[in-house]
Amino acid sequence: MGWLVFAAAAWAGGWALNIWLARQPASALVRLAMPVVFGVTLIAVWEGVVRGLDVSAVLLPAPSAIGQAFVGNLAILWEDFVQTVIKGALTGYVIGCGAAVLTAIAIDRSDFLKRGLLPVGNFVAALPIIGMAPILVMWFGFDWQSKAAVVVVMVFFPVLVNTVEGLQASDQMQRDLMRTYAASSAATLAKLRMPMAMPFIFNGLKIATTLALIGAIVAEFFGSPIRGMGFRISTSVGQLALDLVWAEIVVAALAGSAAYGGVALIERAVTFWHPSQRARS
Amino acid sequence: MRSVVPVLTVVGAIFVLWYLAAIWLNAAWAYDKATRAGVTLSASELVADTWAQDKPKLPAPHQVGAEIWKTTGAMVAKGRAFSKRSLIYHSWVTLSATLLGFALGTGLGVLLAVGIVYNTVMDRSVMPWVITSQTIPILALAPMIIVVLNAVGISGLLPKAMISMYLSFFPVVVGMVKGLRSPEVMQLDQMRTWNASPSQTFWRLRLPASMPYLFASLKVAMAASLVGAIVGELPTGAVAGLGARLLAGSYYGQTIQIWSALITAAALAAALVALIGVIQRVTLRRMGMA
Repeated sequence: MGWLVFAAAAWAGGWALNIWLARQPASALVRLAMPVVFGVTLIAVWEGVVRGLDVSAVLLPAPSAIGQAFVGNLAILWEDFVQTVIKGALTGYVIGCGAAVLTAIAIDRSDFLKRGLLPVGNFVAALPIIGMAPILVMWFGFDWQSKAAVVVVMVFFPVLVNTVEGLQASDQMQRDLMRTYAASSAATLAKLRMPMAMPFIFNGLKIATTLALIGAIVAEFFGSPIRGMGFRISTSVGQLALDLVWAEIVVAALAGSAAYGGVALIERAVTFWHPSQRARS
Repeated sequence: MRSVVPVLTVVGAIFVLWYLAAIWLNAAWAYDKATRAGVTLSASELVADTWAQDKPKLPAPHQVGAEIWKTTGAMVAKGRAFSKRSLIYHSWVTLSATLLGFALGTGLGVLLAVGIVYNTVMDRSVMPWVITSQTIPILALAPMIIVVLNAVGISGLLPKAMISMYLSFFPVVVGMVKGLRSPEVMQLDQMRTWNASPSQTFWRLRLPASMPYLFASLKVAMAASLVGAIVGELPTGAVAGLGARLLAGSYYGQTIQIWSALITAAALAAALVALIGVIQRVTLRRMGMA
């Protein structure tokens, strides 16, 4: 009963604090503090409800238990992280995004190919590509190469479509200006069209970060060596070691958020001139 | 209309590449068989063999087409459209989870969006978490959610629908927040000069103005919802659904079955998105926006 009261109190307190914060002048600190307060409140409520209602650890472990499992299994988690994120997802992400940008530049010169590939690319980007995972695991074996291949296939089309769209972002006037400078088409590409395409490319890259992690983890459900986050999740569920599963979830969430944040930071540095970036500062 | 020829060319090129890749990938097995039988293959025999293997590395398009026909049209002709061997049955299982999850996700998304637009506290504290929630590869954790819910006795449609819901609410929230904020200050001022109450402003201005944004998000949400349902079927022991067909196919090396499930899923996604497109056109036209 005490824990339930704690949960209710935490909720009321957190919400009241946020209402108070919302009335303050909106400085950067307040903007940062509000979601943090909300998150901490949620975790406190979670802890309180799980303990108060005596929820079985099989169903939903308390945050404190997950924290213990996280600290206690650092070696395993790190091994899985290297296998899945560094070897599988990152390799595939770099290859897939690189190939997509290069393909976009290659087909950019042909209006015919662009008009043909864009609808097809848009269509493929909406398909459940994750279904390719069993096939690619069959082709490339159980180790990280097949995971990287799944990631390549998953990230390729969103990045391709965005890049092709981005390369069309420069308007006729600007291209004419480049022509009056007698710029070669390579120079136009490097100095005008690629920079103009960057906001679009980064949009694709951001979507691709989450897709890459999903692809790498899901592909492991179809066969993997005895390490990796997907492998650990599916076997630990079988052993009902839910705290370890949740620790893997924490790792996945941290990796996903860090990757997204990293790409967003690079975007800010590269496309500092774009209105959406200037408005914030 | 002028992009029909380029699109057809690209699709045609994909088919040609597919057939060529089938020859390339399946050749090893064809040569292997030929050596064991003690015959040498001519080029045309090799091609014919690579396009007609039982468990090819990459089945040729016509093999996949034949398999799909065998498990849909032919089953219907025999009057067993909903037998467990029929893809129609499996598609229906996946489709029902997709639609339920999509409905739940859209409902949740719209509610959250209304809250975020009308409540500053929610806007500042919940919105960042809505975005963070999508950087977590929840899809990868879907099997766990299914198994755990199964352990406490919730099974069948709902767990899969929950995963679809989680994936589909995000585009709806983002699109609806943008859409509900799309009326200009001028229009909002006009509502004020008419002494409109907040609820009237919502029902007569903000909600109608958000419709184009809503439909754009619904298309993304529908595709995401289908992916969620398929992945949600993986750990249920390959009982029913397109995801289960994928898993069963990968266990027994039935590549043709995997590909037919994959193509069916693709067709399902395309049909659902096209359906929303039609609804969008009709609705927007009746609202005088298109």
